Amino acid sequence: MELIDGYPAAMRESIALVEQTRPTRLGRTFPAMTPEQRRELLLGHHPDYKDGAKRPLLFGPNKGMLLNHELADLFEARPLVSASLDLNDVDSDVDLLIIGGGGAGTVAAIWAVQAGLDPSRVLIATKLRHGDSNSTMAQGGIQSADRPHDSPAQHFLDAMGGGHFTNRPELVEALVSDAPLIIHWHEQLGVMYDKDEQGNFVMHPGGGTSRNRMHSARDYTGLEIMRVLRDEARNLHIPVVEFSPAIELLCDERGHVAGAVLVNLETKRYHIVRAKATIVTTGGLGRLHMQQYPTTNHYGATADGLILAYRAGAELVDLDAIQYHPTGAAFPAQMAGLLITEKVRGMGAQPVNCKGEQFVYPLEPRDVEASAFIRECSLGLGIPTPHGIQGVWLDAPMVDIIHGPGTIRSALPAMFRMYTRFGIDMTRDPILVFPTLHYQNGGIITNPDGATTVPGLYAAGEVMGGVHGKNRLMGNSLLDFNVFGRRAGIAAANYVREQAQPTRLSLEHVATYERHMRDAGIKTTRTAPRILPDYRGKEALERYLDIPL
Amino acid sequence: MSEQTGMITMQLMGKNYQVPTGLTIMAAIEYAGYKLVRGAGCRGGFCGACPTLYRRSDNHRIFTALACQTLVEDGMCLVQMPFVPVVSRRYDLHQIAAKPNTLLQHFPEIAGCVACNTCTRACPQGLQVMDYVQASLRGDIERAAMLSFDCIACGICSSRCPADIKHYAVGLLARRLYGKYVTPDSPQLAARVAELQTGNLIADLNALMALSQEELRARYEQRTFETSEENKEPFSAIQHYNSPMDPVDYKDEIEV
Repeated sequence: MELIDGYPAAMRESIALVEQTRPTRLGRTFPAMTPEQRRELLLGHHPDYKDGAKRPLLFGPNKGMLLNHELADLFEARPLVSASLDLNDVDSDVDLLIIGGGGAGTVAAIWAVQAGLDPSRVLIATKLRHGDSNSTMAQGGIQSADRPHDSPAQHFLDAMGGGHFTNRPELVEALVSDAPLIIHWHEQLGVMYDKDEQGNFVMHPGGGTSRNRMHSARDYTGLEIMRVLRDEARNLHIPVVEFSPAIELLCDERGHVAGAVLVNLETKRYHIVRAKATIVTTGGLGRLHMQQYPTTNHYGATADGLILAYRAGAELVDLDAIQYHPTGAAFPAQMAGLLITEKVRGMGAQPVNCKGEQFVYPLEPRDVEASAFIRECSLGLGIPTPHGIQGVWLDAPMVDIIHGPGTIRSALPAMFRMYTRFGIDMTRDPILVFPTLHYQNGGIITNPDGATTVPGLYAAGEVMGGVHGKNRLMGNSLLDFNVFGRRAGIAAANYVREQAQPTRLSLEHVATYERHMRDAGIKTTRTAPRILPDYRGKEALERYLDIPL
Repeated sequence: MSEQTGMITMQLMGKNYQVPTGLTIMAAIEYAGYKLVRGAGCRGGFCGACPTLYRRSDNHRIFTALACQTLVEDGMCLVQMPFVPVVSRRYDLHQIAAKPNTLLQHFPEIAGCVACNTCTRACPQGLQVMDYVQASLRGDIERAAMLSFDCIACGICSSRCPADIKHYAVGLLARRLYGKYVTPDSPQLAARVAELQTGNLIADLNALMALSQEELRARYEQRTFETSEENKEPFSAIQHYNSPMDPVDYKDEIEV
């Protein structure tokens, strides 16, 4: 197919219209919606409200909770190991097991050590490499109310409203009041935030925020935070076992969580960890591709922690609400679903339709913004692509026009680099976007110290729920994993001090779970956790032989 | 994908596979039937899990790429390199100072840099890697931090370096030193942290928590908004480090 500077001729025609309307759009922003308009738009167009996409959970503490079929399938699935697995030979005996080596897990490990645990008595087990996580992929920034005309109370109001007042207030209180302490800690660790000459942070707005409180590190904010945290954990000599996901939690005779079964992904040998406390920090679920959406998420984001915790009896919340990020790349096909940071809109780029017209305030809360894009395309005002999907334009060149030439290259280098690799110059041309599966709003219920409803089990980061309610704001997830990772690490360290090493390890809770599933009439051969998605080609799989080697 | 116009041949670890055009190297490997465990991470160019070495059919050179960010080409002969076994050195950032010789003390091997520029040519992020190693050697922590900032620690540079330098670790220490010791701490943040100790801000929060949901909704709708116009020139500190993302132009190099 013939491309003109990265775009086919048909898309070029629409780009010409975008260029035509650009001068009149500069400085004129489409008005924000009223609460009623937002509600109507969400009900009509957000994927969460689509008929037939969900079914209720049929058993367990959250019986009745509506889940997308792709997620419900994993709850209605058999374990990977039977309850009769031999647990007598313990491979690792530790005080604290952390399942998940992303942001939350690493922060938890560091603070557990700060709180007095011996690093050699802590173990981080992670599915892929230490740091392979959605944390690393977060681009735009982290919220913290630290300027004089901003306050934790204002941050609280923004987060509660963004979540449509479904958030748990005590968790939001912890989030916003710890935020400045977290940024201060990052300063001490040497996280290289964008600052002015006096050392004050360069702040941007995000969707749904009433103050500019987004701290960023170019558009590699998550990467910068994660690589510093990982370095700090290494320097503290905290052991990490990579390519070893947990496939089941272990309980003691009281039903308290007492470790986990890990599996070496390469040798498939299992590994028993006994621990006085366990923190689940397994992240999100984008790789389940709900409703066939593409995702911004990491390869390992398959909801494993939710399944393991539910089997051990933990309560969940808000898993009916999934965040679709409004700006996933829609063109070219190789980039489909990859994240285009909200910072691009925060810096002035407007979403426009095929005629070059604005149709939505650029910084509505994410669910509202995404729904507006979906509606625009359903009205025939989207821009079709050669690979069959539609998108709307994000008028990226406006960033350089507003802030001066070179801004995109210095403030959004990851975006610029990615588009350059695929033949598009985003300083000259608009980029095509469509909503993409981005974040698990809900998760495991915890108190503000990360404790779940099961003794011995803590959770932090994307896998925990309640703090964002039904919709998270930009910049609150990098914050969330720091705040609750820290709190869970400290709380678990304190809990560990009062506990003896569990004596009898058991998988009885898994047998009970299977019984509940049978009682609910579910018969299945599916297994969970999923661990990794399968992207192998159909043609290759048609001739696949499952033979012993 | 209707963009695909046909099939091409890729040689993966010595075997030929027919794959559609228009796929990334990672997607092509999966299309061929491989289930990736190593060699795939974020799949979006941020994590460095998928460094790949390849040759082209018409060229003797070894090229490098991120498998998730590079299109597969006809005649490509490739292998993934998920791991570079470099030595990791520990330090306590709080106990060291940002002196001109700090980076050299921690990574003495940077003195062995022969300025061959292989690291820069190999970097899939297009960073000026050799320049930041040289800056580190001179004790210019700021320059090393700025030039290395977009590093995703894939390790390709270290795998190709004749002096066995661990470039990405040098850059990481440079950035942490710069962030902690060279950049001033934020006065506004320090004031806010002190203010938090007084408890006044928490009282405001508690007042909000005590409101009914109706009252809270009303307060939300009454919020005033700060405009983004206040930050007109936000990136002056880094702007003079020009184009850290310029891809290396291989055509400029002498072909043997």
